Amino acid sequence: MVVDTLDDAHADQIFRALADATRRDILIHAMRGDRSVSDLAGLYPMSFAAVQKHVAVLERAGLVQKQRRGREQLVQTDVDTIQAANRLLEQFEALWRDRLERFGRVLAEPTEGAI
Amino acid sequence: MTVTDVQKDTDSLTMTITSEFPAPIEQVWRLWADPRRLERWWGPPTYPATFEEHDLTPGGSMTYFMTGPEGEKHRGWWRVTAVEAPHRLEFEDGFADEAGNPSPDLPEIVVRVALIEQPAGTTRMSIESVFPSAEAMEQLAAMGMEEGFRAALGQIDAILAEEAA
Repeated sequence: MVVDTLDDAHADQIFRALADATRRDILIHAMRGDRSVSDLAGLYPMSFAAVQKHVAVLERAGLVQKQRRGREQLVQTDVDTIQAANRLLEQFEALWRDRLERFGRVLAEPTEGAI
Repeated sequence: MTVTDVQKDTDSLTMTITSEFPAPIEQVWRLWADPRRLERWWGPPTYPATFEEHDLTPGGSMTYFMTGPEGEKHRGWWRVTAVEAPHRLEFEDGFADEAGNPSPDLPEIVVRVALIEQPAGTTRMSIESVFPSAEAMEQLAAMGMEEGFRAALGQIDAILAEEAA
């Protein structure tokens, strides 16, 4: 069980950030860290300001970082944060697996009486 | 018991987990149909479940509470929408307030269970969880619901795999 890198408030922020399809898409495009906010804005049928807002939400959640290069601000997805969220995800995947594990154990017990 | 497959579909907001059990289908079904058996696996040992209502018929109602380490009770309910023993069960799964009334502000998940007889007396069980909206997933994620986390983050696996390639 790995939750040591995320507290509840941060996890909440991450999942709110991830609940939007555009923001998830921005994370994919910003993986290599070579896209500026204007580059990203060109990918979506929305205003520069709207895309800038999405990037800001991701930045507050720690999912991306901005780096100045010359006149541009490049957006870089923070893989560590995603992996921390992913570990949390796996913890919750384990919950259904645990449930099925218990299911299997109860099932394997000798049954009293006939079915 | 073996989990044989886990599928996440972020477009249809669905997670399906498939497992196989070395038991005949009627025995597997009993773990849903018998409340005393059901409550032994539905909640974790630290939050054991107690089913108060258990009416496994179409339109039937199931209510339960899970008791936490401090004695606190978390209430939930199922609204049964389809039952074909021992093959199929569908229900809506939601939260309730302290009095046991369904919470209108909290999302409901549609759960579809299918049992299929396999050769040699084994049974395959698939459990599909469908979320009403991305917002619902977000809300459930914030509440610590595993399914919510899974679906909201379904895309991340692909990103990381892409990155590793």
